[in-house]
Amino acid sequence: MTVFLLRRLLQAVGVVLAMTLLVFLGVFAVGDPVEILISPEADQLERERAIRELGLDLPLWRQYLVFLGNALQGDLGRSFVFNEPALQLIYQRMPATLELALGATFLALIIGLPLGLFAGLRPNAWGSRTIMAGSILGFSLPTFWVGLMLIMVFAVQLGWLPSTGRGETVTILGMRWSFLTWDGLLHMAMPMLSLSLSRIGLVIRLTRSGVRENMVMDYVKFARAKGLSPNRIVFVHVFRNILIPVVTVMGLELGGTIAFSVVTESVFAWPGMGKLIIDSINVLDRPVIVAYLMLIVLMFIVINLLVDLSYSVLDPRVRLESRE
Amino acid sequence: MSPTLEVRDLQTHFFTRAGVVKAVDGVSYSLQRGKVLGLVGESGSGKSVSGFSIMGLVDEPGRIVGGSIRFQGRELVGLPEPEMRSLRGNRIAMIFQDPMMTLNPVLRIDVQMIETVLAHEKVSHTEARARARDALGMVGIPSPDERLKSYPHQFSGGMRQRVAIAIALLHRPDLIVADEPTTALDVTIQGQILAQVQKLATDLGTALIWITHDLSVVAGLADDIAVMYAGRVVESGSVDAVLDAPLHPYTHGLIGSVPSRNRRGAPLQQIPGMTPSVINLPPGCAFRARCPRADGICQQTPEMAELLPGRTARCFHPHLETVPA
Repeated sequence: MTVFLLRRLLQAVGVVLAMTLLVFLGVFAVGDPVEILISPEADQLERERAIRELGLDLPLWRQYLVFLGNALQGDLGRSFVFNEPALQLIYQRMPATLELALGATFLALIIGLPLGLFAGLRPNAWGSRTIMAGSILGFSLPTFWVGLMLIMVFAVQLGWLPSTGRGETVTILGMRWSFLTWDGLLHMAMPMLSLSLSRIGLVIRLTRSGVRENMVMDYVKFARAKGLSPNRIVFVHVFRNILIPVVTVMGLELGGTIAFSVVTESVFAWPGMGKLIIDSINVLDRPVIVAYLMLIVLMFIVINLLVDLSYSVLDPRVRLESRE
Repeated sequence: MSPTLEVRDLQTHFFTRAGVVKAVDGVSYSLQRGKVLGLVGESGSGKSVSGFSIMGLVDEPGRIVGGSIRFQGRELVGLPEPEMRSLRGNRIAMIFQDPMMTLNPVLRIDVQMIETVLAHEKVSHTEARARARDALGMVGIPSPDERLKSYPHQFSGGMRQRVAIAIALLHRPDLIVADEPTTALDVTIQGQILAQVQKLATDLGTALIWITHDLSVVAGLADDIAVMYAGRVVESGSVDAVLDAPLHPYTHGLIGSVPSRNRRGAPLQQIPGMTPSVINLPPGCAFRARCPRADGICQQTPEMAELLPGRTARCFHPHLETVPA
């Protein structure tokens, strides 16, 4: 187990290093931040002073080494634009994105699992066909369009839900959270629903195919031959087996949900990390881009690790292998 | 005394798009307390489906369309599901063919055993666990207390089948339907399990239906035999009599096909052709296309007839000449 974790950690370091190098080269290839950041009216002296302050006078490989040296001391650089530490900028916006992504995943599970179970157990029922058709809509409709429609119906026409911002927040551990206040929840409702729609579709389809696959297995027939009640067979025997693929996919999706909640955040003016990264890319604010991507890479690695660990809880066959 | 199980003219059909599959079409047999019936036939002869019919576990699009299954005098065909469920795993148990597939891979053995006890009896969890442990010991699993905490994948195939048998025995059922339970196992393990099951059945007075295609298994284990072909029983009788002097040409061919019965060096005998599809089976004797004795009269469907005392067969041209006088 320790060896397993250690190996994962080393891999993570390697991935982060490779990623930072790519971002440095990438930003360099896209354009010169100097052109965007420094006003065209500035004279030669001012220009050179600004360039030196930002550390952009050094050759690229020196810039990279300086960055690495600072990164090892926990300093990922200051934003060119805000002149604040890049990490601090991201941390301020992270809770907003996290609560949105986690909320969307939670919603996808509590809606998707029961619907998928129903559709799997009664594949020919009228309700199941409706659910399956709905699930196709769920992940075919573009997120931004769904967001706009939601705003049109619930904010503009009905006036039930606020369409922008986070609403009232509560500060815990120095971070601001919306989901703990009623007003915050109302603000979260629409972005969360729009973000979770495609995931609901995904969970429904995964659950349904899992149920269909498992219900015809011999172990189900044997469980019936033991005289167990249908509820016990579905909710204990079959459910445990279905959870394995659902947890894997939703775990991997969670990383994607966090990293790419950009669209939803833009539509609902949700002040999260996605909005920050888009703005930073526009002005080539390299420290923020690098720091953000490092964080996302780490998050993916941690989530994958958690998925692997949850596997061993759900599937005893994996547990034995990791012990040996 | 009334028999433990009496199946009369059972018909289980599957209604598919390609047509009606008469998987079981007029099957009759009966079984006394503590006796073993060998149900023999090739793949697709309907032997497994007749087993599932007894359990009330025929899946869609299949349905029991006729006949009766009387278990201890009680009619099982048309019995409401809750009552059927209270019999299943309790008075009638079943063992399946592939032990690698019958246990749930993600649940521990103790969970799967205890739930079976609790499904039919109101006992404490501790009591149920003790019962599970005893059952494991009974089928010859060493250190049952520790093994209860194992998962199925930590057992070998033979051990898993023992666990399945232990589960079947938890409520000391009056009838066990065993659907080819040793087919997937090594010959040595098969022998051990057969001996064990035979002993347990005798000790507990459990009647057994042993479904198999392996005549050598039946020869050693069963009291009576019923040979199935294309959804029907074509011959039945006591195991010794039938194996010594089969009446039906199909049974004759089946016994002839057992390699150990053939003389060394002589080519193996075989039955030409294949089992007919039971979709839209034409009338007449289903075996006639493969039968060396078939003639014009075989276009008609032969009835099951008692040709000798205790021996019935469904044939116009039975092998009566080979029966010792």
